[in-house]
Amino acid sequence: MSAIEFDNVGRLFERDGRSFPALDGVDLTVADKEFVALVGPSGCGKTTCLRMAAGFEAPSSGRVLVGGAPVPGPGPDRAVVFQQFALFPWKTVADNVAFGLRNKGMAAPERRDRIAAIIKLMGLDGYETAFPHQLSGGMQQRVAIARAYVLDPQVLLMDEPFGALDAQTRVVMQEELVRIARINPRTVLFITHAVEEAVYLADRVAVMTQRPGRIKEVLDVRAIRAAENWDRHARVEDVMDLESFVHLRTHIWRSLREEKVGGER
Amino acid sequence: MRSSTTRPPSTAERLLLGAIGLASFLGLWWGMSASGLVAKQFLPTPLDVLARTQYLLTEPFAGATLPEHLARSLERYAYGFLLAAGVGVPLGLLMGWFRWLDAMVTPVFDGLRFIAPIAWVPFAALWFGTGIGGPIMIIFSGAFPPCLINAYRGARFVDAKYIEAARMLGTGSLRTILEVLLPASFPAIVAGLRIGAGLGWQSLVGAELIVASAGVGYMMVQGQSNISTPTVVAGMVAIGLVGLVIDVFLRQIEAFVRHRRGLA
Repeated sequence: MSAIEFDNVGRLFERDGRSFPALDGVDLTVADKEFVALVGPSGCGKTTCLRMAAGFEAPSSGRVLVGGAPVPGPGPDRAVVFQQFALFPWKTVADNVAFGLRNKGMAAPERRDRIAAIIKLMGLDGYETAFPHQLSGGMQQRVAIARAYVLDPQVLLMDEPFGALDAQTRVVMQEELVRIARINPRTVLFITHAVEEAVYLADRVAVMTQRPGRIKEVLDVRAIRAAENWDRHARVEDVMDLESFVHLRTHIWRSLREEKVGGER
Repeated sequence: MRSSTTRPPSTAERLLLGAIGLASFLGLWWGMSASGLVAKQFLPTPLDVLARTQYLLTEPFAGATLPEHLARSLERYAYGFLLAAGVGVPLGLLMGWFRWLDAMVTPVFDGLRFIAPIAWVPFAALWFGTGIGGPIMIIFSGAFPPCLINAYRGARFVDAKYIEAARMLGTGSLRTILEVLLPASFPAIVAGLRIGAGLGWQSLVGAELIVASAGVGYMMVQGQSNISTPTVVAGMVAIGLVGLVIDVFLRQIEAFVRHRRGLA
């Protein structure tokens, strides 16, 4: 079991000797193997939530639990996919993907098999010896996702992973992520400011208020997706055309519009 | 929009302008020494220097030919520079990683780094006599600061996302330093090595003031004692040319590293 729990989480930031609340009483649970998308106005503290689950930052008040225990610090059980990819530019695609596995002290033959499998799954065949800067943004993000997935983490934390991609690549990556998530479901916290992306990908969508961020409402997409049988459509645009999808999207849009956009982080 | 500087010259123009600059310099030099304004003994003409250089290439002066002097200088230089790089780069990296080490070393380093290498000559002579230790110490003091500073800056200002990615992947300190911090700082380190190599080579004459056998600096000191100014200038030319070769070589390495990294 690897649920993520935010229990009345607050976070203060210091600037010029004064402290500003970035988060104020965030309550949210991502159940085991559940995909939750977090949307909110920019500057509302979505990324801060994710960074606390990753262990890069600690809450000022309240608790962040993963698998029932407080987050001790960053670790390979909670793999992160960053918006700016954060691939190691001095390593090849294969070496980037292998990096985390080598920390686990895995035997070389098993490592090779795992890497070959994930490279195939992510459609990176033939790019093993390329360096990141030789790849397009979409391909780089595939490598970053492969680097996270290969660790077989219980929890995946994705911080606007498709934010830096062009619209077409983004759609392809969304479909890929749905495909992979079906093969290998994980507990996922997914940050985005694209409402349609959130509704398309997630089991539930959590909407945040403007700063200091709180959870405003949580929408259960899963029930509607099953009832309306979204999965009979293979393509993103077909799902996005459905009345039930449009209805949900518009609801979230309205909810966000009520929040004045806060300052950029 | 108007550019802030004038139009850049084409390659052909650049070559021509460079040639004009060099010719003007040599002409001015020649004019000074040929006009008799400066005694010929104190300022040899370019031709005197050329003839002297040709002579020194095959005939020994101060115990050795010019190539032999150069070989000895390069040997001392190699030891001094490698020592500076071997201490400066790891220390700089570790200072960038461990903040306590930074706090401890920086005051000492800042206190010492503005002392010119030649200021160490008296102590180098006292401590090492005329052995190889003295010149190594002086070349080291010239090459060390840029090696350390660049490695430090490279490590200190590594993009945090690489460190976070490494920590997220469960990487320990040693492996993070060797496989993330070091390669991430590599362009800065190579730039530092290039600057350090240049400053170390510039310190050579000072370093060889105190040697008793061979070396370009030693040859120049002997030239001065014998009032053979063409010998001194020949030494200067040799130092300038070898320094240029070293710089071009390291520039190539720097360009290669940046190219592989996709930086240029």
